Amino acid sequence: MAIEVRVPTILRSYTGGAKTVEGAGETLSALIDDLDAKHNGLKGRLITPEGGLHRFVNIYVNDEDVRFLGALDAKLSDGDSITILPAVAGGALGFAAAAALLGSSPANRPAAALVPTEG
Amino acid sequence: MSVATPGSPNSHGNVNSVLTIDSAIVDAIVAHARRDHPDEACGVVAGPIGSDLPTRLIPMDNAARSMTFYEFDSMEQLRVWREMDDNDEEPVVIYHSHTATEAYPSRTDISFAGEPGAHYVLVSTRESDSEEIRSFRIVDGVVTEEEINIVDATVDA
Repeated sequence: MAIEVRVPTILRSYTGGAKTVEGAGETLSALIDDLDAKHNGLKGRLITPEGGLHRFVNIYVNDEDVRFLGALDAKLSDGDSITILPAVAGGALGFAAAAALLGSSPANRPAAALVPTEG
Repeated sequence: MSVATPGSPNSHGNVNSVLTIDSAIVDAIVAHARRDHPDEACGVVAGPIGSDLPTRLIPMDNAARSMTFYEFDSMEQLRVWREMDDNDEEPVVIYHSHTATEAYPSRTDISFAGEPGAHYVLVSTRESDSEEIRSFRIVDGVVTEEEINIVDATVDA
């Protein structure tokens, strides 16, 4: 079962510079495990230590954000096309507050200090 | 469409130490930031791959609609990133505004910065009669400020 995965610039250091790679898996979770076996370290950029999808990336199955498809449990089929994009976000809000707003624990982010208005 | 040409290189091998950008695009970014004030505004300026020249302004929705946070809508982003792919473009500039603080990347900005090839342009609208506009590279958590070379393409029109 071949699934094409489009890799953003920032993650191509894991794929030897390749813009697209192929993987297999019946769910997104299985696909990411398969990709990580071939491109060591990629999983850590997509999944938090707690096992959730990282807020720093958006992952799409064909034309849909996987957060609307069951996230890591999203079912995949042969011929599906996966796109990974860096999430574009930021702002003057302090990091911990931003992480809280995004509904994820700041504990798994780098440099998760409380900086109210660091602008 | 801009017909601007890059300014004279004033660095030693680092082609990205200056952001060269058309004044009309800068004006449009500032207008967008003013329009959305006091919420943060955000968007992209696409340019031909490898050109390092921003030519096509794409104002994006701030899905967070916040005075202190911005976030691209994920579906709008997919559409825009595909469009850039189809046009052989890349995000040359990613911009957003800070509406009560200076135009310098916050820790949040640095943590999220996921386009190592882009110029991160920040506009501060905290003063009602003037704007602060600055440009940065953000790579692996390291912020490097760069000059902005604003060119006026209309002189060639």
